[in-house]
Amino acid sequence: MRNALILSGLLISQHVLAATPQELLQQYGAQARQENAAFAGFSADRGANFFRTARTHSDGQKVSCSTCHTADPRNQGKTRASKVIEPMAPTASPQRFTDPAKVEKWFGRNCKDVLERACTAQEKGDFIQYLVNVK
Amino acid sequence: MKKWMQFVVLITSVSSAGALLASGGGGEEGGGRQLPPVANAKWKAECSSCHMLYHPGLLPERSWQKMMGGLDRHFGENAGLDAPTRDEIARFLAANSADKLDNRRSQRINQSIPASAVPLRISETAYFKDKHNEISPSTYKRKSIASPANCAACHQGAEKGDFSESLVKIPR
Repeated sequence: MRNALILSGLLISQHVLAATPQELLQQYGAQARQENAAFAGFSADRGANFFRTARTHSDGQKVSCSTCHTADPRNQGKTRASKVIEPMAPTASPQRFTDPAKVEKWFGRNCKDVLERACTAQEKGDFIQYLVNVK
Repeated sequence: MKKWMQFVVLITSVSSAGALLASGGGGEEGGGRQLPPVANAKWKAECSSCHMLYHPGLLPERSWQKMMGGLDRHFGENAGLDAPTRDEIARFLAANSADKLDNRRSQRINQSIPASAVPLRISETAYFKDKHNEISPSTYKRKSIASPANCAACHQGAEKGDFSESLVKIPR
């Protein structure tokens, strides 16, 4: 609960101003440290793995981030209702990871869809680190 | 009358009759045929990230109410919203729902739904099925369309609430 409050405070204070991916990584780093004292930073490789891992749901369906975002985050993705999703990688979509509230909203939804649970700050940071590094 | 004058009179009458018949748009008999333009910034921002923007006049209030009350299970996905945003959108949808608007299409959609039914899918209403009864299931499977939920694939004015036949273009 305290972590959620700290993060909300950070996010609310950031909301009015556009953030940068680096600032977001700092915020998630702070939260990751709270969640795990042994936190040792974010890894783009772990993030890449996280992005592509296919997970089998309780209903038998296989889902991964790539299901909608495709295997290459520089590509446009497609929702299940055929709507185009702009690329996830900032190198293709510069506005990605500049709005903390938007980032949290989509983590909130898509983690529940893909992982059937909330993502940890470690996972969120690894994910962003991977995408930021994509050329 | 000379033959050529008869010809001109004939052509003129046929053209005028044709023009009068074609001007069907209609605003004369109560509401117009098409859904009226509506706007709400939150609705547009939150309800068209994953699918086309469905006009509130396509479903009755009770359907929108049910949908907005279960956004964490929105057609198999989590579409959760913070309470204030959700409430504002719900109010907007209710105010412009099919049972509130007087355009012909909304009226017909509403009347085609039994009072006890609360459809969440526009495509499961009797009105929709009737209007699309010439479209084969395989058409919906085309990559360019994918499903009956993808109105904008064929209806070029869909997001503005204009489903007139003249704006229909079925892609290959």
